[in-house]
Amino acid sequence: MATQAIRHSEQSREYRNEGNGQEERLANGLGWFSIGLGVAELAAPRQVARLIGAKDEDQTITVLRAYGIRELAAGFGILSQTRPAGWLWGRVAGDLLDIASLGKTLSSDDSNRGRALAATAAVLGVTALDVHCAQQLSRSADRGEMTEDRARTSEGGKEVRKTIIIDRSPEEVYSFWHDFSNLPSFMRHLESVQTTGGNRSHWKAKGLAGKTVEWDAEVTDDQPNSRIAWRSLQGSDVQHSGTVRFEQAPGGRGTLVRVELSYSPPGGAIGATVAKLFHREPGQQIADDLRALKQVMETGEIAKSDASIHSGMHAAQPPETYSPRSMSARSGR
Amino acid sequence: MRANCWMGKHDVRVEQVPDPKILNDRDAIVRITSTAICGSDLHLYNGYVPSMEKGDVLGHEFMGEVVEVGRGVNNLKKGDRVVVPFPIACGSCFSCKKGLFSVCENSNPNAWMAEKMWGHSPAGIFGYSHMLGGYAGGQAEYARVPYADVGPLKVPEELSDEQVLFLSDIFPTGYMGADMCNIQPGDTIAVWGCGPVGQFAMKSAYLLGAERVIGIDRFPERLRMAREKVGAETLNYEEVDVREALSEMTGGRGPDSCIDAVGLEAHAPGLLGAYDKAKQAVRLETDRPIALRQAIMSCRNGGTVSVIGVYGGFIDKFPMGAIVNRSLTIKSGQCHVQHYMRPLLERIRKGEIDPSFVITHRMKLDDAPEGFAKFLEKQDDCIKIVLKPH
Repeated sequence: MATQAIRHSEQSREYRNEGNGQEERLANGLGWFSIGLGVAELAAPRQVARLIGAKDEDQTITVLRAYGIRELAAGFGILSQTRPAGWLWGRVAGDLLDIASLGKTLSSDDSNRGRALAATAAVLGVTALDVHCAQQLSRSADRGEMTEDRARTSEGGKEVRKTIIIDRSPEEVYSFWHDFSNLPSFMRHLESVQTTGGNRSHWKAKGLAGKTVEWDAEVTDDQPNSRIAWRSLQGSDVQHSGTVRFEQAPGGRGTLVRVELSYSPPGGAIGATVAKLFHREPGQQIADDLRALKQVMETGEIAKSDASIHSGMHAAQPPETYSPRSMSARSGR
Repeated sequence: MRANCWMGKHDVRVEQVPDPKILNDRDAIVRITSTAICGSDLHLYNGYVPSMEKGDVLGHEFMGEVVEVGRGVNNLKKGDRVVVPFPIACGSCFSCKKGLFSVCENSNPNAWMAEKMWGHSPAGIFGYSHMLGGYAGGQAEYARVPYADVGPLKVPEELSDEQVLFLSDIFPTGYMGADMCNIQPGDTIAVWGCGPVGQFAMKSAYLLGAERVIGIDRFPERLRMAREKVGAETLNYEEVDVREALSEMTGGRGPDSCIDAVGLEAHAPGLLGAYDKAKQAVRLETDRPIALRQAIMSCRNGGTVSVIGVYGGFIDKFPMGAIVNRSLTIKSGQCHVQHYMRPLLERIRKGEIDPSFVITHRMKLDDAPEGFAKFLEKQDDCIKIVLKPH
């Protein structure tokens, strides 16, 4: 556990936000920028041509449309990954293409020079941002600051890290989590988890659009009252691995439960981006599940309101009928 | 059952909705005998609170008779007469154990929404938007009460509904406003807002040993109630300059503590009011902090500004310099009703206060829409309306 040692040594008291560092926020911004630009180039190429001072002719329109597709691909690629260094270098390549095209525009006779110059300046600015961002992301990947589990993440992988504090001892929380049949009581998207022998288990969950997703998993590490690690077996619907750590909270205030999850979303990169757009991303899911775990451990039940027992928005009125199985706490968020 | 539902801005209607059901073992169902319209309900009525859905049942001040309990409730039984606190609190989290029930860590199933707005989520509240849980409220015939082993307070038969109903919200809220001032013998306390909460804040200030209490408002009937029922001195801000008056009354020092019982829909005459209203209209501000600014500027050096008026979002031109340079303390919060209910019930039993003095109107639940309009417009000297569902 070399990386854990690094985390706890005096040298590394500086907290590192593996999730939303500045680089990742910039990358996300550039991803959305790509999508916006891509849509504009595809849907309104004539207006874009006029804006950048290019001649409004068929060849220009075709090129702009092609660039639009390129931008959209880059945008989706960037948004679908936590650290999309490769896709950002792709953006840089695209920027160079843009500069070359603008160069041609500048040198042609019937173009609007002023506009073309302004457009070139803008693209140069964006290129600088892309290069900066791509470099940052590549650099920290090289530094090898990856946990064991992150090292396993394939190109299309995403990571999630969430922590919550629970007013119970690490022993109590570990015991509760260790019995995987308890997990559906707070992980609301899970239908059931059954131990199938040894350190293996069979999981059933509600996926997108109400489909049931099933997979087998094995426990890869089990340190009593401290850490549980698991991963899905080859051939599963969803490739994922995760760890949960139980740490004594400072000041005797209970337990810090830290969950780290790496997964390849079903539907690949596109699925992940769409999920993000509709706020069903696992980061949110895990945060809510941990809140539910806290409620179960501290109060014996999950907080329910007349509105929250329905999936989707619903007026805050008592339900017509209620049976715990017929209504699940919100899955769509 | 019939329930008063929010249908949009300035639109509440009493509709037929399903009866509440036990959803969790620690729930109870209460048949409501009395409920009220709160000043903060007007923020919902006026469309200032986000995350409302058409059909939401309103109301967070209610009491009645227990008709059903979940398997996990051992302290209440069918037939018990209870007052229900407006914050919903689990009783076992870090916040609840510290007595900070209105910021319970477990009772808001929509915590993620409130987190986005405020950094962390407070407790869920009855009938007060989905951001605060999406719980159906108590302006209805029945209500589902979560964590019934923590919240509801049993009340003695000899006290009428009107004497104890306000333990659900406005009496403890006013009291907490005064409590946060850390009143010392000889203190002068100024209270902005002579609505029901302000009346209780002023009365509580006296109960807690204040020497002088000054109420500030513009409605004659509210100022009169403050003078006659509470014994406070009053200032009408449409007739006098409040800061000058307070300065004169305190020999230039300013009141020892100031209570803001006004909140986000503060009104001010003239240009200042117009400034904040304009900014609010174009969403450069979400709240109007007129009373709050005045309270900060008037408060004596080293004093406390106690904020119990409801605010939701962001304000502009906040006198931070005054706070830093004059050693001011700002204390605030939604009332931790569960913490105050029992001691305040004792005070009522001993005759130290009869909270029913604020009531000016009694109506049937079916007249709730009319009640809201009347309360908003302050028609007919309206100060507090109690609704009877049955």
